[in-house]
Amino acid sequence: MRANIPDYDMWSPASLDQALDALNMDPASNKPFAGGTDLMVLLEAGDLPPGRFMNLWDLNELRGVDISEKSVSLGALTTYEEIRANDFLSMNFPMLGSAARETGSLAIQNRGTLGGNIMNASPAADTPPALLVYDAQIEMESVTGTRTLPYSHFHLGYKTMQSQPNELLKKVRIPRSFEGWRGYYRKVGSRKAQAISKVCFAGNVKLVEGVVVDIRIALGSVAPIPLRCVDTEDALRGKPLTPGLIQNAIQTLEGEITPIDDIRSTATYRVRVSMNLLRDMLDSFVG
Amino acid sequence: MADAMKSEFEITVNGESKSVTTYPMGRLLDVLREDLGLTGTKEGCGEGECGACSVLMNGTLVNSCLVPALGAKNSKITTVEGLVPNGSFLDPIQRAFLEYGGAQCGICTPGMLMAAHNLLRRNKEPSREDIEEALAGNLCRCTGYMKIFESVVQALKNWETV
Amino acid sequence: MKMGKIGVSALRKEGYSKLTGAAKYIDDMQPEGSLYGTTVRSHVPRGVIKDIRFEGDIPWDEFVVVTAKDIPGENHVLLINSDQPYLAETHVNHREEAIVLLAHADKYLLEKARKHVKVEITPLEPVLTIEEARAQKEIVWGDDNHFKNFLVTKGDIDSVWAEADFIVEGEYETGAQEQLYIENNGMMARANAEEGVTIWGSMQCPYYVHKALRGLFNLPPHQIRIVQCETGGGFGGKEDYPSMIAGHAALLAWKSGKTVKIIYDRAEDMTATTKRHPSWSRHKYALTKEGIIIGMDLEFVIDGGAYTTVTPVVLSRGTIHATGVYKCDNIRIKAESVATNSPPHGAFRGFGAPQSIFALERHMDKVAKVVGLSPEELRRRNFIHPGDTMATKQVVRDNIDMDDLMDMAFKESDYHNKLKEFANQDSNARYKKGIGFASFLHGGGFTGSGEVFLASVVGVEATEDAKVRVLAASTEIGQGTRTVFSQIAADALGLECDDIEIAQPDTAAVPNSGPTVASRTVMVVGQLVQSACIGMKETLIQGGYLQESYSRSDFLRALSVYLSANGKLKTLAKYKAPKDLVWNDDTYEGDAYATYAWAVYVASVTVDTVTYETVVDDFVALQEVGKVINPTLAEGQIEGGVAQGIGFGIYEKVVWEEGRMRNNRMTNYIMPTAADLPPIRVFFVESENPHGPWGAKGIGELPMDGAAPAVLAAVENATGVAVNSIPMLPEDLMLAMDEAEEATCG
Repeated sequence: MRANIPDYDMWSPASLDQALDALNMDPASNKPFAGGTDLMVLLEAGDLPPGRFMNLWDLNELRGVDISEKSVSLGALTTYEEIRANDFLSMNFPMLGSAARETGSLAIQNRGTLGGNIMNASPAADTPPALLVYDAQIEMESVTGTRTLPYSHFHLGYKTMQSQPNELLKKVRIPRSFEGWRGYYRKVGSRKAQAISKVCFAGNVKLVEGVVVDIRIALGSVAPIPLRCVDTEDALRGKPLTPGLIQNAIQTLEGEITPIDDIRSTATYRVRVSMNLLRDMLDSFVG
Repeated sequence: MADAMKSEFEITVNGESKSVTTYPMGRLLDVLREDLGLTGTKEGCGEGECGACSVLMNGTLVNSCLVPALGAKNSKITTVEGLVPNGSFLDPIQRAFLEYGGAQCGICTPGMLMAAHNLLRRNKEPSREDIEEALAGNLCRCTGYMKIFESVVQALKNWETV
Repeated sequence: MKMGKIGVSALRKEGYSKLTGAAKYIDDMQPEGSLYGTTVRSHVPRGVIKDIRFEGDIPWDEFVVVTAKDIPGENHVLLINSDQPYLAETHVNHREEAIVLLAHADKYLLEKARKHVKVEITPLEPVLTIEEARAQKEIVWGDDNHFKNFLVTKGDIDSVWAEADFIVEGEYETGAQEQLYIENNGMMARANAEEGVTIWGSMQCPYYVHKALRGLFNLPPHQIRIVQCETGGGFGGKEDYPSMIAGHAALLAWKSGKTVKIIYDRAEDMTATTKRHPSWSRHKYALTKEGIIIGMDLEFVIDGGAYTTVTPVVLSRGTIHATGVYKCDNIRIKAESVATNSPPHGAFRGFGAPQSIFALERHMDKVAKVVGLSPEELRRRNFIHPGDTMATKQVVRDNIDMDDLMDMAFKESDYHNKLKEFANQDSNARYKKGIGFASFLHGGGFTGSGEVFLASVVGVEATEDAKVRVLAASTEIGQGTRTVFSQIAADALGLECDDIEIAQPDTAAVPNSGPTVASRTVMVVGQLVQSACIGMKETLIQGGYLQESYSRSDFLRALSVYLSANGKLKTLAKYKAPKDLVWNDDTYEGDAYATYAWAVYVASVTVDTVTYETVVDDFVALQEVGKVINPTLAEGQIEGGVAQGIGFGIYEKVVWEEGRMRNNRMTNYIMPTAADLPPIRVFFVESENPHGPWGAKGIGELPMDGAAPAVLAAVENATGVAVNSIPMLPEDLMLAMDEAEEATCG
């Protein structure tokens, strides 16, 4: 343990309103703490800035999966385990289930939350690419009310987000508008389990008689943020899926991602594997 | 910088109600090992990677190194010390680990047993993939996992004969 | 009396305590009033210490502070050379070198204080790679950056090149590897002038620590006591470094008068303690057109890091295993161990052999291609046989038939059918399958005259309740020492395993049976357990307490009567070198090991050409091991070793940054999880063997040698690409496949 534990305080608000009030009064002294699967790791390494944390775990207002006719909404504290275990999500949003299943271990999945995965803002996180290709919306809550925005607009740069200090992520809402679309999710890590992504690829395509009617592509670990690849999507949208088009899209993707060399992999590998995965996805749709 | 104060928490461990006084961001792992003297739960990495500190918290498997004490307040914890049923020698999983070579150096063993429990309580017909997934959060450097898989499979049979 | 205890899977002796959480490891002990200790280290790979300052808002007067000036005896860890200080005084030679020790009762405050000790160091240019060390970019050790060199020669290597039909050269590299025992290193010490020094801790070799601390405190042997606690894995990683930590804890205890415990966290354990030596090899072979090897010219270089530690011995084992299971009349092996400014590399299962055997087996596959033979046929034409001589001119006396082992391993792995099947794969398929193998050997026990110098001793004594206690310093570190010793003793005495107690290794109570290393515990020490038991039995028989033919209860009764009459019964057995073994340390010729275990390992893999990931689908590990004492434990050894070998080959990479391990966390140093390994299928072949109890050979290290080359051969079979450097991560395979493609296109 490389942290001086007395330098870290924590309290548990009794309600969401109390949490929002506290955050509004003094955000620096009420840092949100959900499952702890990232923050406790930083603490162990002595890399967590000292301060006072607000334990969100018991706030039931941030829990639950609600299914309506138009959309499904997931409370920010929905754990990976709850995502995995939810039959509706597995049927309708299988890529989200895959992402949850491939994050950490079962013990991590029991504590790690969807909201935490988003707010921790790691470009290597596993659920954001899936959320991006499902057109997720997020609800930010504060004392002044609820603000809804497309998740694709949320991440601005490395660990910077469109969020205010007095806001909490309350819900993630996913529209039920992908009937007939085909998904492709592949996490490439350093081993089969308990791995952090080297590349995380999610694709969602509506294909009618060989024509790409609509498409979403998003990648993790290839840019400072979980990246929706709009140029590559544009290169494909509205066109028949021919070998030439596929090649063109792959080249577009190569120009759109900006991975780096780091402790887990190399930029060269990440670019190549991203391109290969795009080809693999499109080939699988043609074949 | 926050100057945290120690405070008193209630926690139920292996069926016994306990009171501990500690820092809110202290680790559940340290509460168990240092405050309650339950040293069967081990620390291998302190970052949720090796699983040696796995315990059941309110029935779900967690890494006790990643749970702050405040987060464990009023919870029910089961550690390796709580596995042996009253009056028994070992529980079915422990017995299988003993008979089939599932434990070598023993340091991953308590966590591995908790992960095996977490699996076998829910799934009485696990496939090889189910077992691999259930134990993938518990690193073992001695066994290459083969004897652990065998022990888990055998534990189910032990269970049937209990 | 029946032979009932050998060859059966007796239950693990300490299984109950490990399975219930009752077993006590060092971090499970925290005596009242004890302090925590920590280590302030260098932050540059090489430099001159200028100043040490204690800064910040820290109540420094509450702390125990130790620097080199506080050392009562000699400031170096006694092992082979006396070059490594416990605490750097003027110079640092690697980034993790200890400089200041601190102790305090509050572990949180201690960690805070550690960050406020500022050591000012004027950096010097470091040497960080084998190439830089050999080029003598800077001289960082001795006269020429070399700890030890060996030259092994047989026949006349210079004469072969002219008559060769083929000359095949290749270069091979292996990386550092972290032992990654799940229990981090830790030690606890009590030390004062009256009682001397007592150490409790996680370790493989109590008497190494004993020797090291005698020098540090300049105390007579009886004033130093070392006690091994339950130890959560070692794999070589707790062979030499524990002496350092024990020394540090003892210095803090000596100065404070209190019990001090130092437990490393994972990050510190990974950066500061030893790893497998990185290696570089060049092999150049001469062959006839029939594919017979007539000359092997080898260079083998390992990186020892900043201080000698066990490097000369690792080099020695690597060198002796470098020509493996092949016969050749003309051999030259030039072996070097060099110094760099990384933390010292040390023991890791296999001890140099996994490095040299990787190079050898990969080169054999290359040679096969050049000569136009299958990898199998090349091996078959060159396998060594009983009566042939090895590189050191040792005559093979093991009754071994490598062709037979190969046949069996290929049958179990369905090698030939798979080879055919994979040859007909669609070349455009995303997933490519391949199969490959390695054939190899591993010597048991210390090298050459090593066992003679060790002169190990084992005792057995009657306990107060008239049972039998085995006294040995050989440690249980997961491999099953206690269980196997119980079996050997029970069998030798006609008792049950439960009648045998194994003493905790404690230098105040057990004789020095040598270190727990080198695949020697069963083969060498086990034989001493057997001898000591026979001695005890003879004492009872000759004293008239026991008939030649007796039952278990006769024996226990006799023991009881003997105790009443004589007070105690203790017999010792000391190692005696087999008469027919000859070794010359100067010429490096002779019987390097009394006996070897022999093996053929076969790996099947799938390579994903989209992600360049390799998955091992099946693994057959077949070995000739003399006699299996406990099948469950023996299989466990092989399975665990193969898993580490697969890690060595395709997962585990130490990322270096200016002489420091950068990926010093379990998140970033990738060992295989339960989901990453294939079924590891273990097969034993038994044979008569005059060495070891009932002919049991050493098997601890063997499985580490064969997995990586077998997996890389399978990858080559799958992709057509030969990768000669490990670890081979997907990133490396991608580059190698690109290069191969360019070569064929361009």
